[in-house]
Amino acid sequence: MEQGVDTIFGYPGGAVLPIYDALYDANINHVLTRHEQGAAHAADGYARASGKPGVCLATSGPGATNLVTGIANAYMDSVPMVAITGQVPSALLGRDSFQEADITGITLPITKHNYIVKDVRDLARTVREAFHIASTGRPGPVLIDIPRDISGGQLEYEDPGPINLPGYRPVVEATGEQLNKAAAAIMASERPLIYAGGGVVNSGAHMELKQLAELLVAPVTVTLMGLGGFPGDHPLFLGMLGMHGSKYANYAVCEADLVIAVGARFDDRVAGKFDEFAPGATIIHIDIDPAEIGKNVRVNIPIVGDVKVVLRQLLPRLEAKIPTAWQEKIEYWKREYPISYQENGSLKPQRVIREIYNVTGGQARITTEVGQHQMWAAHYYTYTRPRSFISSGGLGTMGYGFPAAIGVQVACPDEVVFDIAGDGSIQMNIQEMTTAVNYGLPVNVAVLNNGFLGMVRQWQELFYNRRYSQTELNNPDFVKLAEAYGAAGMRVTKGAELRPALEEAVRDNRPVMLDFIIEREENVLPMVPPGQPLDKMIG
Amino acid sequence: MEMTVAQAVIRCLELEGVEVIFGYPGGAILPAYDALCRSGNIKHVLVRHEQGAVHAADAYARATGRVGVVMATSGPGATNLVTGIANAYMDSIPLVLITGQVSTGQVGTDSFQEVDITGITMPITKHNYLVKDPKKVPSVIKSAFHIASTGRPGPVLLDLPRDVAMETIDFEYPRTIKLRGYKPNYSGHRTKVLEAAGLMMKAERPVIYAGGGILNARATGELLEMAEILSAPVTNTFMGLSGFPGDHPLFLGMLGLHGTRYANLAVTHCDLLIALGARFDDRVTGKITGFAPRAEVIHVDIDPAEIGKNVRVHVPIVGDVRQVMKAMLAQLKKKDRSRWLEQIRQWKEQYPLTYAREGGLKPQAVIEKLCRHTRGDAVVATDVGQHQMWVAQFFRFRQPGTLISSGGLGTMGFGLPAAVGAQIGLPDRLVILVTGDGSFQMTVQELATAVDQKLPLKIFVLNNGSLGMVRQLQEFYCDRRYMATNFSFVPDFARLAGAYGVPGYTVENGEELDRLLPEVLSSPGMVIVNCMVDPSENVSPMVPSGCGIDEAIDC
Amino acid sequence: MRHTLAVLVENNPGVLARVAGLFSRRGFNIDSLAVGRAERPDVSRMTIVVEGDDRVLEQVTKQLHKLVDVIKINDITPEEYVDRELVLIKVSCDPARRGEVMQVADVFRARIVDLGRKTVTVECTGNEAKVSAFEESLRPYGIKELVRTGKIAMLRGNRFTALDDKKDDD
Repeated sequence: MEQGVDTIFGYPGGAVLPIYDALYDANINHVLTRHEQGAAHAADGYARASGKPGVCLATSGPGATNLVTGIANAYMDSVPMVAITGQVPSALLGRDSFQEADITGITLPITKHNYIVKDVRDLARTVREAFHIASTGRPGPVLIDIPRDISGGQLEYEDPGPINLPGYRPVVEATGEQLNKAAAAIMASERPLIYAGGGVVNSGAHMELKQLAELLVAPVTVTLMGLGGFPGDHPLFLGMLGMHGSKYANYAVCEADLVIAVGARFDDRVAGKFDEFAPGATIIHIDIDPAEIGKNVRVNIPIVGDVKVVLRQLLPRLEAKIPTAWQEKIEYWKREYPISYQENGSLKPQRVIREIYNVTGGQARITTEVGQHQMWAAHYYTYTRPRSFISSGGLGTMGYGFPAAIGVQVACPDEVVFDIAGDGSIQMNIQEMTTAVNYGLPVNVAVLNNGFLGMVRQWQELFYNRRYSQTELNNPDFVKLAEAYGAAGMRVTKGAELRPALEEAVRDNRPVMLDFIIEREENVLPMVPPGQPLDKMIG
Repeated sequence: MEMTVAQAVIRCLELEGVEVIFGYPGGAILPAYDALCRSGNIKHVLVRHEQGAVHAADAYARATGRVGVVMATSGPGATNLVTGIANAYMDSIPLVLITGQVSTGQVGTDSFQEVDITGITMPITKHNYLVKDPKKVPSVIKSAFHIASTGRPGPVLLDLPRDVAMETIDFEYPRTIKLRGYKPNYSGHRTKVLEAAGLMMKAERPVIYAGGGILNARATGELLEMAEILSAPVTNTFMGLSGFPGDHPLFLGMLGLHGTRYANLAVTHCDLLIALGARFDDRVTGKITGFAPRAEVIHVDIDPAEIGKNVRVHVPIVGDVRQVMKAMLAQLKKKDRSRWLEQIRQWKEQYPLTYAREGGLKPQAVIEKLCRHTRGDAVVATDVGQHQMWVAQFFRFRQPGTLISSGGLGTMGFGLPAAVGAQIGLPDRLVILVTGDGSFQMTVQELATAVDQKLPLKIFVLNNGSLGMVRQLQEFYCDRRYMATNFSFVPDFARLAGAYGVPGYTVENGEELDRLLPEVLSSPGMVIVNCMVDPSENVSPMVPSGCGIDEAIDC
Repeated sequence: MRHTLAVLVENNPGVLARVAGLFSRRGFNIDSLAVGRAERPDVSRMTIVVEGDDRVLEQVTKQLHKLVDVIKINDITPEEYVDRELVLIKVSCDPARRGEVMQVADVFRARIVDLGRKTVTVECTGNEAKVSAFEESLRPYGIKELVRTGKIAMLRGNRFTALDDKKDDD
């Protein structure tokens, strides 16, 4: 593997055996997960933490189909990933052979590109192209399906030469004309707002973003994917916008006269009602993917290019601004409508997150599952550096966080890693506890246990008259579960136990599962009901 | 009658006679869950991962012969179903899957939890629908059940956008449905049936090769009758197991890759191969030119595309296996074939299925003991790997449909949720799960579902600390270069049971197991038995890759 | 051997993807596939040209039949049928040589549909052999751009591949 791959996450099987046999001699670290979904999410987490493409490997049939959710997840969140699957021998293709699945057909809608290799001489070129496509432009997953007779074939390795893909040429630099228009609009604006997404993190543009914000004294709101792309403790930081954004971020969107969207995609969870998003604002949209521009929301000044490159081109065209009434108004909103919760004696999930922040000094890598805890993790932990918040944004995959944390810990062996989980999500890929223990990865899992599929319950409470259909959970004993896997387990029921338990978890060099018995019917607030404009918040 | 589409969906399911739905809620499917809650007539089994829901519904269908029904949300909920759908597709299992989808206005915009599940599942469903017109929902559901359960059964998926689910319609459920592109043929062609019957009477060395179609078509009675009239030995595919009594003298066991030598020899030497509801899969035929080289082939199958797909067929008959066999039986007369049966008897004696009995707990012995203690009267769900083949070889199934296992896709992780589904479908039967330490972990979260539903499953983990089947392949084809197959760490399954509030035992030898089994099998609740089996055991015999099925080796 | 299939399908979104996906998944080789609306709005007609022996053809037909949206398949290869293809060819051509190109076009009863300063675009319809011969004849002039529709076909005389209304549509 000439691509500088040092780690592969995978699970062997018949059709992929020749590749596993080659791995036996290769200088590549292989992490054996306990379900292929775990391998895909771990590779995804590894990629998000390290910035390098994540690689996962699985066999044909169920091995390949088990990757599907992980591939879709990486696709929605633009994560560079190369998935390699074994396939039945070429002669058996199309005959419903044992463990045959048409994985290139299946993954057509959820990969940036995919290949089935039918000639051994194409293999080297295909691999090189796959890594190129996965990691350049708007990153994404690429799948290579390799029939067993191809991977078992002999081949004199030849350098496949430079990549030539006439249909794939991402635009990196912006045109001067668009930059000048943008600069003029920015300098003319009185109430500018920067709305930053995951593209900032992907392109490594966090320094440029900070420069831009400080130069313009422009407040910055981020998407879930953009958390960590702008320092969470910066005075210009507004937190997250959208359905579960801060009130002040959403008010700022509604009253801004200029929105600079940087590597973000106006997702429905962010924009609320598309045609009422930032009603009074000129919108500048910088994105590597031209198809994102104008997809959901009208854009006045589109700029296609790599966010970091574009910001570097744009900055010299701008001049420093001074604070005005706009910044005062923002400060007023922040004072008036802080993100907060009520203490009532029981263990509050928000407090758990805040304590994790305190105990780790804000330096942990946080992954999350999907649900209420994910939103609390977004609100109550302060992310100060990119790639420190790793979460399933677009697909919203329950079960992502734990295997992702394993991938993150493999990429960052010396850092503290926390998976913030719910009692529903953590069960989805609980088998990966074996992987964590197997490889001695000291991942910490904080289960915010309310005995419910909490987010769904919250919707049922708010929109379905509290008819809790199939959302109450009968859970295993998570402490004993951890112990059965040879990991450490702790239960926390009171505020006073929080800090000592967390300190012990961080010290322990085994995987640790913390079972926090939290307030059962706590809601994530504020909330914009689905389909409503951003200023129609409840809570 | 006016109602919301979501309510109409639930009403349609009630009218289809659906009693159980396996599922997991989420944002986009909430309207349907709300309607389900309000109706209260259908039981819902809340799983812990959507993969568990499909496998459970799949096994429910296998165990009861009814259509399995699954509900999941959009995005990851839908993609988590993919493996289970592919599994049901490969094994021809009738399923109807209802997935939530984002609102129609957001379809195609990469919105939150949006995924093109109809596109994704095109290759692995019998048919699928994205319903955009609220008025069409009832007829689409009718079609879905019709397509899933008739002809060659299979999974049908219906993707229901959230806004469509919340529309109000005037509800009327169509009594029948006609689809101009879908008309399965049930009765075989008369002249072909006569031709086949003629060959059967003429043949000297016939073998019946019966697959899963026998079970799907409920033709096990006809199979027994035909075998006895013709004095023809019967071999089953893996999917066909339990379709013929395991202790019958005409039974040859399974054929193919890990089949018995006598079944493979019989097929190699037969002059007539009667293929019933089977599909000449690569694991069955081995080298295709070496398969039944001396035989004329009669192939009865409901799916015309299976006939002539992999091997040349002399008498093709498209139709429902049961109907065709009934027509054939009317033409057949009792025939004595003592020479052929004597030859078979000799092969059985010469090449019995066997294993070395000394040294540690042998996995084959665990299966034999299970069979003995239950007298073969249990529903056995398995996972995929060595243990699956040992069940196939050493458990003598007595009743149709009592083996529940993933054949075509070979899905590790199928077993536990399948056992859940089977037990829900057959609450009064003894349901045993035989699994491996690798497979069991894949869907282990469903233990919570089993506990939740108070299912008295008996779970036996054949724990050899490795991915045994892949390890076996590496032993033979990779010079014992074991890569990623020996687990350096396996959780303590007995303690894991404890975390779910279930008794767990670990056994290390046969005597312990013999002592424990009566108690375990008669206990009213769920039990997990962790069997520490000899890790060096291989599945034997085995037909090496690229060889004919008569060239099996012992290993 | 090449076979021409006349296929009637439901006019549903995604039906083309279902057919194309089937061919790719099963490893069948499509020479060409043309699709459009048929004589009634709820039905589309596809003309598919496939390469393969009788065994392959049999599988193609049977597998296509398994698609619920496929209503009817006719292998019209052995029958009498009319088939047509349309090609647009843009040739680079100085005004001085226009006459030559026009003459070639005339021979094939092709029509000039666009004239540029340095290009001529011609349209030609006919069966596959004619269209191919036309393409070859223009090749020496330098073909800048070429697009073919793929073959469409219809049985001759009083024979139909249409829906049998009584049988298929009740």
